[in-house]
Amino acid sequence: MIDARGLSKRFHDKKRGEIRAVENVSFQCQPGKIYGLLGANGAGKTTTLRMLATILEPTDGTALVCGHDVVEEPEKVRANIGFLSTATALYPRLTSQEMVEYFGRLNGLDEPTLKKRIDDIFDRLDMNGFRDRRCDKLSTGMKQKTSIARTLVHDPPVMIFDEPTLGLDIMTARTITTFIRECRDRGKTVIFSTHIMSEVEKLCDTIGIIHDGKLLTEGTLAQLRQKYAEQDLEEIFVKVVGPLHSNSEA
Amino acid sequence: MNFRNVGIVYRKELTEWLRDRRTLISTVLVPLLAFPVLMVGMISLMTVMIVKAYKDIPKIMVLGGEDSPQVLEKLRGVDKLEIVPSSDNYKKRISEKEIRAAVEIPKGFDAALGRGEEQTVKIYFYEGEIKSSFGANHIEKFFKDYRDSVISTRLAARNVPASIIKPFEIKQENVAPPEKVSGAALGGLLGYMVILLSMTGAIYPAIDLTAGEKERGTMETILSSPISRRDLVLGKFLLVLSASLTTAVLAIFSMGTSFYVVGRSGAMSSKEAAALQLHIGLPTVLSVFLMALPLAVFFAAVLLTIALFAKSYKEAQSYLTPMTFVVVIPAVASLLPGVELTPKLALIPILSTSLVCKEIVAGTFHWNYILLILLSSSVYAAAGLFLAVKMFQRESVLFRS
Repeated sequence: MIDARGLSKRFHDKKRGEIRAVENVSFQCQPGKIYGLLGANGAGKTTTLRMLATILEPTDGTALVCGHDVVEEPEKVRANIGFLSTATALYPRLTSQEMVEYFGRLNGLDEPTLKKRIDDIFDRLDMNGFRDRRCDKLSTGMKQKTSIARTLVHDPPVMIFDEPTLGLDIMTARTITTFIRECRDRGKTVIFSTHIMSEVEKLCDTIGIIHDGKLLTEGTLAQLRQKYAEQDLEEIFVKVVGPLHSNSEA
Repeated sequence: MNFRNVGIVYRKELTEWLRDRRTLISTVLVPLLAFPVLMVGMISLMTVMIVKAYKDIPKIMVLGGEDSPQVLEKLRGVDKLEIVPSSDNYKKRISEKEIRAAVEIPKGFDAALGRGEEQTVKIYFYEGEIKSSFGANHIEKFFKDYRDSVISTRLAARNVPASIIKPFEIKQENVAPPEKVSGAALGGLLGYMVILLSMTGAIYPAIDLTAGEKERGTMETILSSPISRRDLVLGKFLLVLSASLTTAVLAIFSMGTSFYVVGRSGAMSSKEAAALQLHIGLPTVLSVFLMALPLAVFFAAVLLTIALFAKSYKEAQSYLTPMTFVVVIPAVASLLPGVELTPKLALIPILSTSLVCKEIVAGTFHWNYILLILLSSSVYAAAGLFLAVKMFQRESVLFRS
């Protein structure tokens, strides 16, 4: 599971001074559930998820991932997660299989286990037709499947998805959303960030709305509907973020 | 440090590197072909031109001498000179390469010679122009020989032995074996080439493995894996070092082969060919590489660090291209005559290695300097590597935008 405790991240910019990208964000994600982090561009979703994946170190606060502290034991945390985002590209000169093998080895898998795991995943995701093709020759859909295989190869209990469908066509995006559901059904802890309302409605068990680096509200879709007396998630989002958004615009 | 992970990263980087066409060009083809094409081509061309210039019979002009038929007749008898009719615009004609040189015979030369008066013969030529120099040399040789024959005749007429004006001979004799002679001439070049190529060979992979990863979006992918950043940078560093050494080894191999082939081709006289032969054994070459190894480590680490700072491939190129000058200047300084190792110079990176390589190839082993340079350059290498590892741990560098 994921237990974020007062995560904060500040950056220093020469022109703008100190930027508070994430401020005191706390939440929990349970195994077999999908937690959706909903927010506009620049709300702090990516920074939050990068801190959970230990790519960035929190300025304050911490998080436990499968019981490991992201600040104290970053390598153990990374061994327990699969991280997928639009920014996690593939090595163009490796084949699809080599790409997955590389990450399997870095995750400490021995060769027989790695081979078995790769055969299973390539069968499941129907990737055998392009396993020896270089990544720079793959279609977008094939690339996404390779990325999925890369995150799955060490069978991590926690999956972190940062806007994984951004810029993808409908069919490729469906592959991703189907995969996210499968992760949940296999009992993995899933956290997923997006600004697409329909994805959140379809996928998430718990929704957290983040804006200006702060987690403003969270709950199940039903709880949010009741709390804000709105059926449509977009309306709920506007209600939560709207006044703050207008203030910041002003 | 996890050696297994460092090895995994190195193997993956090597696979990608070997599949990159640009790598083949910059690391393999350029050092392998550049020397045969450039150096052999240039040397052969120069040799052919020099031989041709030497064999050409230069056209010269004789100014004056109408009242000195004796010297004129002897001068006309020289087969290596073609005398053309004289004119006042001889300087212009030399400049325009219509004639190669001109000789001015003073008025009443023959008569003055008979009276034993001192006089001056002037030779006009175009300095820096090889054919003009050859023409002038032929004229000078003729007049020197003529002067010697006049002296001999005068001494014989007075019954004075020739040794009276030449009481003793002066002769220089070389004690250095041929390999040391060629070592002194080409030794500086070998060290310089190893240093320069181990730097240029590292530039492309250093950019590709850092700024290139950022640009392609694979940096975040690898940072989300359990490998520590220290192991990651070490794996990358080893690949950059391998590329750097491969370039240097291939270039030296190519240079050695090229000189050997030119020497054997018969394009040059045996003396010229011998001067070109690198009379350098494998132990010497290995010693040069051993001395250059800490410097190659330093280059690989520093280039990796600088390239990591860049946001894109282009930006990294603009940072690293000027680095070539930083390396070339001290390396060239070591080739200047009179620059020799001192304890202070032994602490200056690049310059010290280049100087010690020059000495090693020439067969001189100053062990105190060798140890001092190995130590100082190893300290610089360790500092460079430490900096690279630290840089890989800085978020502001990895995610600079």
